[in-house]
Amino acid sequence: MDGINVVELTIVVILFLLVTVLGFAASRWRRAENLMHLDEWGLGGRSFGSWITWFLLGGDLYTAYTFVAVPALMFGAGAAGFFAVPYTVIIYPLVFLVVIRLWSVSHVRGYVTPADFVRSRFDSPALALLVAITGIVATMPYIALQLVGIEAILKAMGVEGDLPLIVAFIILALYTYNSGLRAPALIAFVKDTLIYLTIIVAVIVIPSKLGGWDAIFGAAEEKFSTGAGVILPATGQLGYATLALGSALALFLYPHSITGVLAASNRDVLKRNMSALPIYSLALGLIALLGYMAIAAGVTPIGEDGNTIVPVLFQEMFPSWFAGVAFAAIGIGALVPAAVMSIAAANLFTRNIYKEYLKKDATSRQEAQVAKIASLVVKLGAVAAILFLNPQFSIDLQLIGGVIILQTLPSVALGLYTRWMHRGGLIAGWVAGMAAGLVLVYNIPKLNPDGTVAREHFGGSSFPLSKLGLDTKSAIYAGFLALLVNLIVTAVVTLILRAMKVHDGVDGTSETDYTAEREDPTVRDLPDPLASTPPGLDGTVRGRT
Amino acid sequence: MSTAPTPPGGPVTEEVAPHRSDRSPWNWLLLVGIVLPLLVPIYNKVEPTLFGWPFFYWFQLLLVGVGVLVTSIVYRMTRRSSADQQAARDAIARDRER
Repeated sequence: MDGINVVELTIVVILFLLVTVLGFAASRWRRAENLMHLDEWGLGGRSFGSWITWFLLGGDLYTAYTFVAVPALMFGAGAAGFFAVPYTVIIYPLVFLVVIRLWSVSHVRGYVTPADFVRSRFDSPALALLVAITGIVATMPYIALQLVGIEAILKAMGVEGDLPLIVAFIILALYTYNSGLRAPALIAFVKDTLIYLTIIVAVIVIPSKLGGWDAIFGAAEEKFSTGAGVILPATGQLGYATLALGSALALFLYPHSITGVLAASNRDVLKRNMSALPIYSLALGLIALLGYMAIAAGVTPIGEDGNTIVPVLFQEMFPSWFAGVAFAAIGIGALVPAAVMSIAAANLFTRNIYKEYLKKDATSRQEAQVAKIASLVVKLGAVAAILFLNPQFSIDLQLIGGVIILQTLPSVALGLYTRWMHRGGLIAGWVAGMAAGLVLVYNIPKLNPDGTVAREHFGGSSFPLSKLGLDTKSAIYAGFLALLVNLIVTAVVTLILRAMKVHDGVDGTSETDYTAEREDPTVRDLPDPLASTPPGLDGTVRGRT
Repeated sequence: MSTAPTPPGGPVTEEVAPHRSDRSPWNWLLLVGIVLPLLVPIYNKVEPTLFGWPFFYWFQLLLVGVGVLVTSIVYRMTRRSSADQQAARDAIARDRER
């Protein structure tokens, strides 16, 4: 790399300044009387309509890292990298009925985090703590990875050193501190506009420059001709399907997804979004194919960093000013999820660790203050992780992140439907699933393209079934096996504890909570035993006495 | 809280909250959007190609449309009456004024 590309850098800096202004101004957007309440700072007042939710969830689920890493995977591994498409197709029908139940019960009971729900449903602060810690641990490396996305564009522009990265993240940390979830919600509008613009231009311009789609798929076919070409080898199909399903099951268990869901103003907003969010999946499918375009264009990554192939491709195919726009799309694309993730982690810390164990009588003002500071700490931690640890460490951890967050499925997702599981069973299942998951990923070697072992451990998330003594070359998603272990242990221990008649606490929710609509009464509307005027049955007297 | 015989607010919301249900035969349609993309062998092939795209790729992008279709149908068929939806909007407006 010789020198900095001034045009690209100027465009990126201008767009970055624009979102910075938006980020700080967001605290005045849909202004709340008092931002010092976790519902306001951490959930945007639970007031977002269909459009805002679409931009926020889209900006939150489809991260900059996805946009950089999925094409890199296609570039390196071929068809297997396309799993991102079925993954993001099945996710919406899969969670359609689930997220509205979670929204309803959280609306009625005032839950801010998934762990709040688990605590009350299963009457177990210990289980809630496990869910909270799992969420925080799975989210942290994900935040760090957003920095990898920014690093890739900085490298492509020829910017050296870590200072720009640190400055960008400090600014992000400050306006998230200031505006809470409103900041990423507003910035997401800019991010997604730039992303869609970039993709539309890319799929029109690049194929025409490379001689059409035939040439693009032809180049990929040639590169992977020693394998199965541009489709999956027969032994790769099980792994492809289980990875798509496992990732889909995991996605809405992540705290940042749940934060986006709970910020919606009502159930219809969520249902409509289940049909509208797949537009991002279509975009993701096209983005994935940028990996093949890079093959056809003969792109070589900068250094050994495969994540730079998309920025380099843009640089070769676009005039500098548009490459700048595309880079800004990726860079700003990193800020939105990083902000939502740090808010989600901060909410978990505040509600399920600080308030539960450190200061039980915390006021809502104190809760909001602690969450704001926690979000700063989380982001500084992410920067430190990227600067002082090998980025590969974050990538490995994020891979494990999906495996471990899946272990909260029985308590969070199944818990929305049934209270059959005993809280002791759920804790035992979590421990077993977590242990199984870690043992599995520890035993997955990373292979070089020629089949030799590059690394002994943590080499991916698809576990070869032959290691279980099965006579097959197929592999299966490790998180899937770990979840099976979790479910079996949960069921067995539940049966044992029930047989022993061990008390399993009191359900803090009622059946009607799970189907409640926005206009239905919530716990906050319930009569204060000391107040003189009881509220009416239709809940319309809230705050109007 | 663990020793309380009933959770605070539990029985009270029970009395005032309307009984609703998310059950509908239309929900089964969602299964199509989940199962079809998981049947990898049906689309793991190159032919027939479309505009130079192998089947594997264009079929999976087509599945995005299937996902949109099933979720839209289920939403439309299970949608609440417009009066109910208005009630939700009123509740949102009321809370914002608060």
